[in-house]
Amino acid sequence: MNTYDIIIVGGGPAGLAAAVEAHKSGSRSILVLERDRELGGILQQCIHNGFGLHIFKEELTGPEYAERFIQELESLGIEYRLDTMVLEIRDDRTLDVISSRHGFEILQARAIVLAMGCRERTRGALSIPGTRPAGIYSAGSAQRYVNMEGYMVGRRIVVLGSGDIGLIMARRLTLEGAKVLAVAELLPYSGGLTRNIVQCLDDFDIPLYLSHTVVDIEGRDRVEGVTIAKVDDKRQPIPGTEIHYDCDTLLLSVGLIPENELSKSAGIRLDPVTGGPVVNESMETSVQGIFACGNVVQVHDLVDWVTEEARKAGHNASRFAQGQLADLPADLVTRAGLGIRYVVPQSIRVGNLEKEVDLMMRVTEPCKNKYLTVRHGEDIVKKVRKVHLTPGEMESVKIPIDKLQGLSGELHVCLEEVAHEA
Amino acid sequence: MIDITIIGGGVVGCLIGRELSRYRVKTLLVEKDSDVANGTTKANSAIVHAGFDASPGTLKARFNVEGNAMYDRVCGELGVPLKRNGSLVLAFGKEELPELYTLMDRGKRNGVPSLELLSGDEVRRREPRISKEVVEALYAPTGGIVGPWELAIAAAENAVDNGMELMLDSEVTAIDRIEGGYRVTAGGRTVESKVVINCAGLYSDRIHDLVSEPCFRIIPRRGEYFVLDRSEGSFVSHTIFQCPTPNGKGVLISPTVHGNLIVGPNAEQVAGPEHVETTAAGLKSIREAASRSCDGVVYSAVITSFAGVRSTPDTHDFIIGEAKGAPGFFDAAGIESPGLTSAPAIAVHMSGLVREYLGDPPPRPDFNPVRRPMLHFAQLSGEAKAAWIRKDPRFGRIVCRCESVTEGEIVDAIHRNAGATTVDGVKRRLRPGTGRCQGGFCGPRVVEILSRELHIPMNEVRKDRPASVLLTGLTKTATGE
Repeated sequence: MNTYDIIIVGGGPAGLAAAVEAHKSGSRSILVLERDRELGGILQQCIHNGFGLHIFKEELTGPEYAERFIQELESLGIEYRLDTMVLEIRDDRTLDVISSRHGFEILQARAIVLAMGCRERTRGALSIPGTRPAGIYSAGSAQRYVNMEGYMVGRRIVVLGSGDIGLIMARRLTLEGAKVLAVAELLPYSGGLTRNIVQCLDDFDIPLYLSHTVVDIEGRDRVEGVTIAKVDDKRQPIPGTEIHYDCDTLLLSVGLIPENELSKSAGIRLDPVTGGPVVNESMETSVQGIFACGNVVQVHDLVDWVTEEARKAGHNASRFAQGQLADLPADLVTRAGLGIRYVVPQSIRVGNLEKEVDLMMRVTEPCKNKYLTVRHGEDIVKKVRKVHLTPGEMESVKIPIDKLQGLSGELHVCLEEVAHEA
Repeated sequence: MIDITIIGGGVVGCLIGRELSRYRVKTLLVEKDSDVANGTTKANSAIVHAGFDASPGTLKARFNVEGNAMYDRVCGELGVPLKRNGSLVLAFGKEELPELYTLMDRGKRNGVPSLELLSGDEVRRREPRISKEVVEALYAPTGGIVGPWELAIAAAENAVDNGMELMLDSEVTAIDRIEGGYRVTAGGRTVESKVVINCAGLYSDRIHDLVSEPCFRIIPRRGEYFVLDRSEGSFVSHTIFQCPTPNGKGVLISPTVHGNLIVGPNAEQVAGPEHVETTAAGLKSIREAASRSCDGVVYSAVITSFAGVRSTPDTHDFIIGEAKGAPGFFDAAGIESPGLTSAPAIAVHMSGLVREYLGDPPPRPDFNPVRRPMLHFAQLSGEAKAAWIRKDPRFGRIVCRCESVTEGEIVDAIHRNAGATTVDGVKRRLRPGTGRCQGGFCGPRVVEILSRELHIPMNEVRKDRPASVLLTGLTKTATGE
């Protein structure tokens, strides 16, 4: 059986950054497994710019961002395999792997980093009524056709969901000569980044209908029409508010789901809210020696945060492989309180922290001018004032190690009112 | 002049074609769509019914029970997934008991083996999620689940392997009577044959009326369904029915042979065969009705919903036999539920009628009932996987990650007899795109492979029927505009 210190499942932004960081932390026997025919993952089809503002302090396109990591990986001589699929991972850290080149293999790792990313929520998951013709695409598939294969998915387009990929694709298809008629969003606010609403919709006069959903799809062979309607506060369509569009395409950008089938095969515990593995401060899952990072853990809005999280996972996987990560019980668990949807990591072993812990979270709904507070019992561990909070933008709170020494039990994260200032 | 033209490549037409390919006859199957199994066959409950629903003495009762008994052999020969998971009909409260006992009695008279009445407690012991309101249930161990489109596709393939000809994209537009037979115009071509078999499903009344006086009408009745992720596939182990109503067998909850959970259908008369759209009201009514049988179906795990249209005949029974005043023209029409279950028996019966008409042609000595097995790569052992990849590296490339389907399997599915020509055709043969991502990842790859293997440009690859184009042209970037 082939053995590696660290095997990284997925060669997208998370896997690449984890591999590079593991190398920098002293590991040399590293293997990255990528199912696609090139490294870079979904970044390769994200040809718009806006990547890297935090990590590189400049605006890069997706492929450019990926290229920086690919070059670093190659210059470090890190081994990777393309067109390679992991079929199963077991809790003894063996993996079933297949590829055309190497056939079927069982590999053994000292540490595994899961970096499989996420998939798009589908029409079926929403049970949108109507026919099932050609011309219904998830925004990501459409992006692949348009940006990588060079084919148009349609000419007159309605978009359901205002996730970032949907917004980006509305602009992309407009630039390619298609007419994007409307973007409908079920929620009363957009799940996308504000900058994308402005740059992708407002700048092209594409209307955004909040609190609207698709209530009918017409067309037996190809989409011929889509009807949207306003929804009430229980998200049920309100009769009489229908707007009908003659169109040939419906794009869906209705959410992303961490892809954790392999995690399940290894018996890794998942968080029902994030859909990703429950992780500790070192990005280690409930199975010792298996780490996770990027969209497989929680859906990120910026690749820069994926990179940061992946560096943490890669670094700690390397520490684990070198026997430097102590097998300690968790001192603290994090809890999402009022106004917070989830917190990652879910547990903290203070003894394994090197400098600080970075709590990542999303709020449940848009709000303004609140304190993001981390409490231990009645004690305030950290309190940050936030002017603007929205579920589409991930929040993070860094807590230095000295604030956590000696604590045990729960860390409670919640939003608190800012007292009226005179 | 050939011997036989079969109109319609649903499960009935394909199985009839296979039965006839056992004999020395020249048979052609014409199908209006780009694949077989593209109508009612692809969108139904996928149940092998035990046979207690139909009234004794009807064709439905006879062929249901006969067909059910044939399933193990047919599916074994053709490599089609089948599971005898047993079915339960639930009686909620004492007032439904007479109906339940009627079913029991009918079943016995129809010849259904091993029927059993179970107490409410016993039902819940075997099937813990069943409602507390259930007082008694009818258990039929011969009830089963099957892959309906796999059955039709496999039958068509096996028939073509044995000499049948298949013509896709060929809608029948005229049938003229000629000396000694019929001239069928389909897809712009004409074929002369001694016998015509009408298996046109939802269109079978229109086909019948081309040669014989109208004597039945097909009333299209739509049924809508939910399909849930495989995470829910063991929610129940039996097929759970409610007591039937005049509208049909009611809403069922059942595992599928593919490991998913299916919930549905409702029954609603629609304006025409093309009305395969789902409706918000219909889907809602299914959830409500199903909650009576079992609470706690996890609808957040729904991966798709769909609708199928049944060929309900206004005569209330299957129409099987030679049409009046049209010698050599045979109907197999009005095949609504339990049509799938009945299909193998209908096929044998029809083959008998046709052979008698043709003067008893001899059997083909080289007939092979066994279809070359589909390679289910995901289910192979590690060693077998390694061996296949050594033989053909395309088996090392996973295209569909949800269902672990390899490029090698897709290429094989395209190049088999009666092979896939569309994205949905590939999907129905191998299940890429039927998993939780619903083709989000593998869709573009499957289009690419179809384009390469069929030597057509990417933008001519279709989802399903001839007009279901997926890509509308090149981007400006690609054309350099």
